[in-house]
Amino acid sequence: MPQLVEYPRIEVAGEDAVIVYLDKVASSATIRKITQLKNNIATVLGDNLVELVPSYASLLVIFDPLKTDYFAVKKTLSSSLEANVTEIASSQKVIELPVYYSLESGPDLESLANRSGLSIEDVITIHQQTIYQVFAIGFAPGFAFLGEVDERIACPRLKSPRAKVAKGSVAIADRQTAIYPNESPGGWNLIGLCPQTLFNPKVSPYLTYQVGDSVKFKAITQVEFLKLGGKL
Amino acid sequence: MNNSSTSHFEVVQPGILTTFQDLGRYGHSHLGLTSGGPADKQAYLWANRLLNNLEHCPVLEVNFGGLKLIAKTATTIAVTGANTPLTINGVVKETWRSHQINCGDDIEFGYATIGCRTYLAVFEGFVVEPQFNSVSTVIRETIGGINGRALTAGDLLFYKPTPKQTLYALNAKDIPDYTDALIVQVVTGYQHASFDRVELAKFFSNEYQISDQCNRMGYRLTGPAIQSGISQMLSEGICKGAIQIPPDGQPIVLSVDRQTIGGYPKIGSVLSLDLDLVMQSSQGAKISFEPISIHYAHTLLHLAKAKYTETKPIKVAK
Repeated sequence: MPQLVEYPRIEVAGEDAVIVYLDKVASSATIRKITQLKNNIATVLGDNLVELVPSYASLLVIFDPLKTDYFAVKKTLSSSLEANVTEIASSQKVIELPVYYSLESGPDLESLANRSGLSIEDVITIHQQTIYQVFAIGFAPGFAFLGEVDERIACPRLKSPRAKVAKGSVAIADRQTAIYPNESPGGWNLIGLCPQTLFNPKVSPYLTYQVGDSVKFKAITQVEFLKLGGKL
Repeated sequence: MNNSSTSHFEVVQPGILTTFQDLGRYGHSHLGLTSGGPADKQAYLWANRLLNNLEHCPVLEVNFGGLKLIAKTATTIAVTGANTPLTINGVVKETWRSHQINCGDDIEFGYATIGCRTYLAVFEGFVVEPQFNSVSTVIRETIGGINGRALTAGDLLFYKPTPKQTLYALNAKDIPDYTDALIVQVVTGYQHASFDRVELAKFFSNEYQISDQCNRMGYRLTGPAIQSGISQMLSEGICKGAIQIPPDGQPIVLSVDRQTIGGYPKIGSVLSLDLDLVMQSSQGAKISFEPISIHYAHTLLHLAKAKYTETKPIKVAK
């Protein structure tokens, strides 16, 4: 099998799309590069651009194939990649989100603690110690994949997903963490609830964070949770 | 809802799945919002064009059929797409043409016999409040259309008051044939180069069948399993038509309501012109794949565009 190890690499994705692979793994440096490339491309491609989908270590570029073609888009992307010598500063934005960690708001908190050989308090403390990076947004509107979770509290997805996960549920899957912006089905381990609305399609800015932002969690009490509008 | 217009249809029976669609929602993937849009874009475009509407005018996508409307105001409609029995006041009417509608008319769709999605356009488009620059309904996201959902009985569907229009039909020879065996062209890409040659040969030389899991999000196929040889990869952006190969080796063709990112290996993406035909097919249909380059795909797209522009609808009597 051919080994594709060169980065960055531009591949065809479809009749109207190419994908730029910036790195094999995701890191905050990669996310910075993607953000820079994204801004650059949006300016250069102008009306020929339809959509940009950043994720972990890649950027999908969807263009209008009746207005431009593969060669033109690839050439534009290549020169943008070469121009990317000066790195932009990482997003200074650290979004702090309140979380009510408890057995009543985090139905998997106890099993996760048992599995990790830690106390429930330790799990809560460790989850708050990391400043997470938004690596990708998708799966559901406003659902952000945050990484990386401390190895000590990493935990595989549930064997069978729940049909209903409450809005605001803070969850862990492997070395990723996330907050369910709305009620939905889901297979991640639930450890708490965030009272804040993260995605509101009716009011701009619709979403609290974007790819590249940093997120930090802060424990709150049940009283504070309810005061902030949280529902149990 | 913009109710400056009071002309409307009332939904008597919503059918199995009827939604508002326009060209789709773009530029919002950073929020995790997918594009939506018509499952069969060619049929959608013709519905608007038969009324001299702009391309982006909101239409109804009637999936499988069963829709019944009563017109509260006179207007002109056009119906394209699947072969679905259409009656107006109980009288059988042809599809792929426009029809004059009078106040009080009953418009009724039976169930699709060939193809599965029908488009109903109204003169100058339905008046629907857009969300993120589009009225396209994505039910999974509760976005677009009427409160992000399919039509229900009692809904009022608004349009602008319509003076009498010349009626047009598409020549029979220009109407797409949904009975053809599906030989679908695939622009190879994404992880294509990482697949073993034998696995690629297997994929492009065998026939697959559409499973019962087929909807606007994607079509799951059954047939010879393909091994991607890729055990783990990072989630990445998914374009319309992408063919992903999950661990069980059964391909999934992703469509208009697809998730924006995903972590399964992909072999390439179905040509949009062919995806329209895939989306008109349903469970049990046979499908095979043919690899093409992106350059050839662009040639086909330009040719199709030229043909579409050159094809002129004919005037028809009432």
